Amino acid sequence: MGVAVRVIPCLDVAAGRVVKGVNFLNLRDAGDPIELARTYYEQGADEITFLDVKATVDNRDTMYDVVRATAEQVFIPLTVGGGVRSTEDVSRLQASGADKVGVNSAAIARPGLIDEIADRFGAQCVVLSLDVKRSTTVPSGFVVTTHGGRTETTIDALAWAVEAIERGAGELLVNSIDADGMKTGYDLELITAMREISRVPVIASGGAGKLEHFAPAIAAGADAVLAASVFHNGELTVADVKRALAESGVVTR
Amino acid sequence: MSTAQPSVVVLDYGSGNVHSAAKALELAGARVELTADRDRAMNADGLFVPGVGAFSAVAEALAKVGGGALIEKRLIADRPVMGICVGMQVMFEHGVERGNQAPGLGEWPGSVTELDAPVLPHMGWNTVEAPEESRLFAGIHDERFYFVHSYAVQQWQLDPQPPFTPPLVTWAQHGAKFIAAVENGPLTATQFHPEKSGEPGIRLLKNWLQSL
Repeated sequence: MGVAVRVIPCLDVAAGRVVKGVNFLNLRDAGDPIELARTYYEQGADEITFLDVKATVDNRDTMYDVVRATAEQVFIPLTVGGGVRSTEDVSRLQASGADKVGVNSAAIARPGLIDEIADRFGAQCVVLSLDVKRSTTVPSGFVVTTHGGRTETTIDALAWAVEAIERGAGELLVNSIDADGMKTGYDLELITAMREISRVPVIASGGAGKLEHFAPAIAAGADAVLAASVFHNGELTVADVKRALAESGVVTR
Repeated sequence: MSTAQPSVVVLDYGSGNVHSAAKALELAGARVELTADRDRAMNADGLFVPGVGAFSAVAEALAKVGGGALIEKRLIADRPVMGICVGMQVMFEHGVERGNQAPGLGEWPGSVTELDAPVLPHMGWNTVEAPEESRLFAGIHDERFYFVHSYAVQQWQLDPQPPFTPPLVTWAQHGAKFIAAVENGPLTATQFHPEKSGEPGIRLLKNWLQSL
């Protein structure tokens, strides 16, 4: 009983194609985000997240098309992050079929963006996306980074999460830059620290490599687990992950 | 159902992801139009009222297109209306958000109040307890539906005496027990998003379409 833990595949999209390794045998076009989203939907994904990794103005229309085409055949919540800078961006994404938007660097540059989106579309629409790195330069030991972890800010990740929730963020997508791509498991201390300060749902991201990595993230306090490459390159299916979670006593759909 | 393919107007008044709602209803078998035109909305076999965000914002946006009067007029004429999420909440008397009370359409008595739960919004797939006689949940058992909300109606107050048929109320739980769906004559509503609840959601929409 109770709300089920969500398993969320994340698709990094650039110019209408999925970037990062994709190795699916049964797909006609391995890099097609729409087809990949549909496959995950059929495997039991609870939500799909698209990350527009090259969110330039030119690329924007392609992303709207991807969201629209996906929303026509995938009837689960869709989140789109990357390049969301204004309520107009949110409005267009929502009109295309997105349910939630991820905000990251634009909110760091101008935190009021969170209030604006939450006021107009509701807190449930705003996912604060954080790229977090361990660092001794900030009190909590977790610093916010930008540009995919390449640029370190002076912002304490926990303090920023608290502020963003006060401003109206309805969910935290916590991505560990240290764990990302390592496939050695989620950063459990980071998840626990975020859970302690957050009343809104926490999505764990970064580091998933094996089936046994998912349940500990939930035990550490995550409400949802997100992964990208393990799904794209066919190492794990969404169904595998949900089965492993259920075997560990975690409630899944 | 009068025709093979029922017509549904998804009320387009600037709230929420109407694109997905329209596509899900099409998949469920409806001929769908997205509009706020009063005549079209009045004449469709079914009127679908989406709604996300703050209660007061949804109520205001609905008022701008004359949504309240339209819904009232349809219900008096026994023409089906289905409200989703905040589109369900506004059917009640009022919403209480951050201590402020905003008026709803008052089709049902009661208030929409914040859930007492450790994690809010209630975001994700949850179970529901539907009454045996439910037409909306007919053939749908042991399935989860997608919820995303922090506020809900936590008490059902309408208890009509015979000859009126008592409404069918479906419950769910997140911290507290709350109303997940209501079937009350021509007025149907769900707190969860059937258009975002995968196959079970589509089946539920089919059930509604069959009742039109």
